[in-house]
Amino acid sequence: MRSPFVRWSVLSVSLALALTSCAKGTGGASAPAPSAGQFNPGATFDGTITVMGFGATDEIGSTRVELAEKALGGAEVKLVEGDLDIQQFLSSVAAGDPPDVIYANRDQIGTFASRGAIVPLTACIQGEQIDTSMYNKNALAQVTFGNEIWGIPEFNQVQITMANADLLKDAGLAIEDVNGSSWEKVTAAAKKLYKAPGGKLRVVGFDSKLPEFLPLWAKANGADLLSADGRTAQLNSPQVVQALEFAVGVYDAQGGFAKVKALRDSADFFGKGNQFASGELGAMPMEQWYVNVLNDVSPKAPLVFDTFRTQQGEPLAYSSGSSWAVPRGAKNPGAACRFAKTMTLVESWKAAAEARLAERKKENKPFTGVLTGNVKADEEIEKMLTSGGEPWDSGVKAFYEANDHTFSLPANPADSEFKTAWQDAVNRVLNGQEEPKEALDRAQQDAQAALDKAWASWTKRTN
Amino acid sequence: MRFIETRAALLFISPWLIGFLIFTAWPVINSAYLSLTDYDVINDPNFVGFDNYVTLFEDPKVGLALRNTFIYTVMSVPAQLIVSLGLALLLNSATKASGFFRTAFFLPKMTPPVAIGILLLMLFNGQSGLVNGFLGVFGIDGPAWTTDPDWIKPGLVLMNLWTVGSSVVIMLAALRGVPQELYDSALVDGAGWWKRTLRITVPMISPTLFFLFIVDSINALQSFTEAYTAFFGSGNTTYSNDAALFYAIYLFQQAFEFLHMGYASALAWLLFIVIMAITAVQMLVTRRFVHYEGGNP
Repeated sequence: MRSPFVRWSVLSVSLALALTSCAKGTGGASAPAPSAGQFNPGATFDGTITVMGFGATDEIGSTRVELAEKALGGAEVKLVEGDLDIQQFLSSVAAGDPPDVIYANRDQIGTFASRGAIVPLTACIQGEQIDTSMYNKNALAQVTFGNEIWGIPEFNQVQITMANADLLKDAGLAIEDVNGSSWEKVTAAAKKLYKAPGGKLRVVGFDSKLPEFLPLWAKANGADLLSADGRTAQLNSPQVVQALEFAVGVYDAQGGFAKVKALRDSADFFGKGNQFASGELGAMPMEQWYVNVLNDVSPKAPLVFDTFRTQQGEPLAYSSGSSWAVPRGAKNPGAACRFAKTMTLVESWKAAAEARLAERKKENKPFTGVLTGNVKADEEIEKMLTSGGEPWDSGVKAFYEANDHTFSLPANPADSEFKTAWQDAVNRVLNGQEEPKEALDRAQQDAQAALDKAWASWTKRTN
Repeated sequence: MRFIETRAALLFISPWLIGFLIFTAWPVINSAYLSLTDYDVINDPNFVGFDNYVTLFEDPKVGLALRNTFIYTVMSVPAQLIVSLGLALLLNSATKASGFFRTAFFLPKMTPPVAIGILLLMLFNGQSGLVNGFLGVFGIDGPAWTTDPDWIKPGLVLMNLWTVGSSVVIMLAALRGVPQELYDSALVDGAGWWKRTLRITVPMISPTLFFLFIVDSINALQSFTEAYTAFFGSGNTTYSNDAALFYAIYLFQQAFEFLHMGYASALAWLLFIVIMAITAVQMLVTRRFVHYEGGNP
């Protein structure tokens, strides 16, 4: 005979299991794809739309959010601030309670789309009559997956060359020696510029910004890390191997990556004591937003700027940035589409730029521009720039020029694994564990396996 | 009467029992099921049998992560026990302000692990870190703690000593429980400090040492936050170091970065089995060295 304790325990366990099994999410339940009829430029919306991953923390954001709210015709916009938490987002989709809009990096869009976490925006674009020709074609390519657009491009990022003019002058060098147009000159400049009295690195001559800028160095050498269709990894192509050997060699010429990283880690990157102001860095390629940071915190730093250049002397930049997407199961896709559209309209960007310009005037500082995923907006904003004198005007000119010479990696369903594969390879080389060719061969295998698996899942899901 | 008592007991423990069933038992059972599926959080799990377990044995990163974790555990657990014991012995002999020191030793334990990960990068910076600065006083050119694969784990072990406060407090309580008459008798017999510590203190607190040995080992085998923050987290968006790839970090990457929740569940079950096996071996091997005043259980 079973004891009452056992009987009660069995009952409790059964009850709890029964209850918890009811808590299953709606994962896999296919929500109906939005139709063009749901989207109408004349429609108004009420209630609240939730935006995840975006904080209107400055005038560029808040001005456009106000305009978007007005364009909704009554609906309130609730922002869930902070970077997009992927786990939180995916869980909300699986539970059938997603936000209405998400603000995500463009390189995440392929993964979200392939797993059915977001919906294609074809109907939204048609219904709301969004003119996609106004978007940067590389930015648009990053959010195009399986012949459909899944995201609306927002900001854009490009890289330019930044250098310490005093250090260059003292070493008898010019910006042309460090802008990438000649790799021999870059290595020679790094050797001339770096200072390591007593074996302790005090000045980094040239930081090739590995691991993150491998795609830039590879493209400058004529190679893409991923095929145009996003299906084939090209990580161990001779040009990529050569690019990695060169970029790592620049560190080796200065005593090794460990020393460069240690000095990099100890720098006050966003403060007055940044590496350029303190004379601890000769030159590096860097994203354009850092010009604004430097202008803010160290306006008197001896800087000189140029575009990053290929060995043929052509400007080159890797385009990356953010985008708006609508989750599967969003309760108000119509309002979400209107919100994304309004946030990225030329007029909205212009209004935001005017607000920034006014702020900068108040602070007696120059307006150095904003790079967006909207080429027409960029043209309009460029007209509004105010001079900050040299070197800042050259910096701004360089990033607008770079913006016209961008490339991007195509959307793919295994972006995170692909990125991890090549970054791990670069890190193994930087840490002295493997040679470039060996590391990239291994990365190629890992990346291709991940891509094959992810594309196979996508094919299975869509057939 | 017995039935009424049982019912009352169940009623009183039911809040915990229900919480346990919903938030622990069910996820454990569910993860066992998910480990047999291909699951990406969004779409329904797709049953794949033991494929994930087969993949485990073919994945070189599993071996690397396990090796890293074992090496770290083997270095970290003895270091923690020795430092904790040393500090507890010091505290035990302090008469004045012992309360202050107890608090001071425990305070670092309150530091969030993420902050410890960031602190590690600063303290162990090869160029300007305090640790290499200190070594430099003695003419030693310190290593590249944060990039050299050979020094990554020793750096993490040293940094982890920052949080021995709770072990110190537990050991101190054990030390206070050692009968004074044992020391008095040893003194009469002419035993010095070292002999008294080795022959009286250590055997008398061996159950506590044993407990901390087991708990610290389990914690070390599950190490995550400090290493992740320092070498894989947002502070180092693209720089990482294979030498710090602990098993829990690899599990996290598979689950939350690559969305391979089924495979991550299989990884979790393997870790569970490994920890169970190691703990069982530890208990078997070390039990004979543990002295219980009331006799061995």
